[in-house]
Amino acid sequence: MPTEILMPALSPTMEEGKLAKWHIKVGDKVASGDVIAEIETDKATMEVEAVDEGVVAQLLVEEGAEGVKVNVPIAVLQGEDEPKVKSNGGTAAVAPVAKAAPKAAAAVQPAAATVASDPTVAAGTPMVTMTVREALREAMAEEMRRDPNVFLMGEEVGQYQGAYKISQGLLDEFGPRRVIDTPITEQGFAGLGVGAAFGGLRPIVEFMTWNFAMQAIDQIINSAGKTLYMSGGQMGCPIVFRGPNGAAARVAAQHSQSYGSWYAHVPGLKVVAPYFAADAKGLLKAAIRDPNPVIFLENEIVYGRSFDVPKIDDFVLPIGKARVVREGSHVTLVAYSITVGLVLQAAEALAKEGIEAEIIDLRSLRPLDTATVVESVKKTNRVVTVEEGWPICGIASEIATQVMEQAFDYLDAPPARVTGKDVPMPYAANLEKLALPSVDEVIAAAKAVLYRS
Amino acid sequence: MAKAETAARAGAPAKPKTSKDELLQYYREMLLIRRFEEKAGQLYGMGLIGGFCHLYIGQEAVVVGMQAAIGEGDQVITAYRDHGHMLACGMDPAGVMAELTGRSGGYSRGKGGSMHMFSREKNFFGGHGIVGAQIPLGTGLAFSNKYKGNDRVCLTYFGDGAANQGQVYESFNMAELWKLPVVYVIENNQYAMGTAIARSSAETHLFKRGASFNIPGEEVDGMDVLAVKEAGDRAVKWCRDGKGPFILEMKTYRYRGHSMSDPAKYRTREEVDHVRETSDPIDHVRKLLLDGKFSSEEALKEIDKEIRVVVNHAAEFAQTSPEPDPSELWTDVIH
Repeated sequence: MPTEILMPALSPTMEEGKLAKWHIKVGDKVASGDVIAEIETDKATMEVEAVDEGVVAQLLVEEGAEGVKVNVPIAVLQGEDEPKVKSNGGTAAVAPVAKAAPKAAAAVQPAAATVASDPTVAAGTPMVTMTVREALREAMAEEMRRDPNVFLMGEEVGQYQGAYKISQGLLDEFGPRRVIDTPITEQGFAGLGVGAAFGGLRPIVEFMTWNFAMQAIDQIINSAGKTLYMSGGQMGCPIVFRGPNGAAARVAAQHSQSYGSWYAHVPGLKVVAPYFAADAKGLLKAAIRDPNPVIFLENEIVYGRSFDVPKIDDFVLPIGKARVVREGSHVTLVAYSITVGLVLQAAEALAKEGIEAEIIDLRSLRPLDTATVVESVKKTNRVVTVEEGWPICGIASEIATQVMEQAFDYLDAPPARVTGKDVPMPYAANLEKLALPSVDEVIAAAKAVLYRS
Repeated sequence: MAKAETAARAGAPAKPKTSKDELLQYYREMLLIRRFEEKAGQLYGMGLIGGFCHLYIGQEAVVVGMQAAIGEGDQVITAYRDHGHMLACGMDPAGVMAELTGRSGGYSRGKGGSMHMFSREKNFFGGHGIVGAQIPLGTGLAFSNKYKGNDRVCLTYFGDGAANQGQVYESFNMAELWKLPVVYVIENNQYAMGTAIARSSAETHLFKRGASFNIPGEEVDGMDVLAVKEAGDRAVKWCRDGKGPFILEMKTYRYRGHSMSDPAKYRTREEVDHVRETSDPIDHVRKLLLDGKFSSEEALKEIDKEIRVVVNHAAEFAQTSPEPDPSELWTDVIH
């Protein structure tokens, strides 16, 4: 029986990739363990090793092909004694594969047309499409060019080019003095970064994920967050702590936690959690220039999504301002980070049923722009907050409280929440899906506050 | 069992050279710390100082000797037993005392208290309340020196108790890896709060703790200001020469309790008295001054008087300076 070799996934979040190089050709004998191909995604490279033995009968994907879906057959092996699969030999005969640029995570990325333009960007501003990953990288590179005291430190930010490729190319441009690979020592390098900020530098400290920053949370809160106050205003701490936050995919309880409400709780910190690439860029630049410690919460699943970013020389956005992403009059949906994508999808579905949702992307969690939320609720009289974090004492709890304090008389229904479930993140695919907020839950919650079924 | 006495004094290097002026300066600075701390203890007893108050009495030679080994632009950071460090850095005693009483004239305008004081002007970076947290911070200050390409050094103080925190070793590793100019000054006063070092530390020779990172370490008689200065000079030079961090273990002794409320059950009165009688750092310099005919009883009495004036003024200021305005509650949270 011929054996099909399938396009492998390099990570739980990979949906497609590039077949960068074939190391075999038709007719080659392959033993298990032989490197047969190189696969690339926007964040990783991997050599594909053969598992089965046999002779290469067909290469089904051309070298250099992009957007090859995970699990599609890329080659066929034939047992040595088996009759040959019909082949013209060589890769030249391989059926062409579409080379169109892949739409990253197209299945979950809402169409750009549904998104209102940013009022802080002048109409007619030329746009360039880029991924959130590229936007973050540009923000750091631009700020490092602008201010020699800005430097990046963290695990694998340099030679490895970033665990999630956010810092790709920065070592080449800025050298090892300013792009610093640290040992795996979160509490140590977080504290060292704070000390460097006290010493007049502007560190960007990357946590490979925010889960690991729990080892460093004392330095973040007690040293970075409180020293300005404890020193009577003498000792500012201009530092950015950044990295991916929240659930990735199938990495289970210890690697899937959302820290928005943890850090938003702390006076002395600023907390930013963007969704769109433009916000990622403009807010990261603002965070690096900010004289305060800024917690910058990114999301691994969003890194590969592409959005328009204004083509402006120095695009900086103010921290602490939410944005109305979609206008509507029936219900206000409040979200931040990855759940903005979720509510955009829900809004599309609701619109088909005649419900126009207004979507607010909080963008910052501290300061929390409650004014924008309250203004919207005064119009819609109903609010649903959607977040990945746990429900107890969450951002959604805070939004509900603020809306009740500031707009109680405008409410036609109790504020509702759609959150991550109150459990550690399970590993099993079906349970993980249940633990995370879903489009269906958002639709149901929106209908519930509208008393529609 | 006065361990301080058996520390390195016996094995110390040949008597460092000294001068009358140097000895008088050490005497004055140590006495200021001692009298200041005694006064702080008194004000605490009167209910004028709240919360925790960790007195430095007995350890004065450490900060005075180390301060003499550094220069303009070098940084100092420590934990919460910090009054002595601030006075040694040249911070105003009245501003420090007013912070202890929580008044607007304090270094942190009354918002930091005993454990959290800073002076940008004097390069004193705190005053940190979490045991061990100042160690990565001091390492980061040293990092900023190296990044800027200057030859400044950061003195990062911590106690024998903090020496068992994990972040010490995270810091040691990075400091040596990146050759950061930081002197780790371990003030081994032999008790982590109430736990004697042998009850908390598998290796009680703390100067050896950098061995697996290749950081040189020395044991120093921390009751002898001249020995401290001499070791400090060597360590600071090591850093300035770009050779990376250095560890100095100061064998010292705290006469008072860990904080003000201390059960005093973990050591005997006799032990404390013995150290005071045989190893007191101020008596030591006093004796050098008198034996060397550098000074007289009368002249030293005069210094004592001057210092009492300074300390009394500080205490008065700390009681008359107004409490912070209620509006201060909301200032300095964020820039």
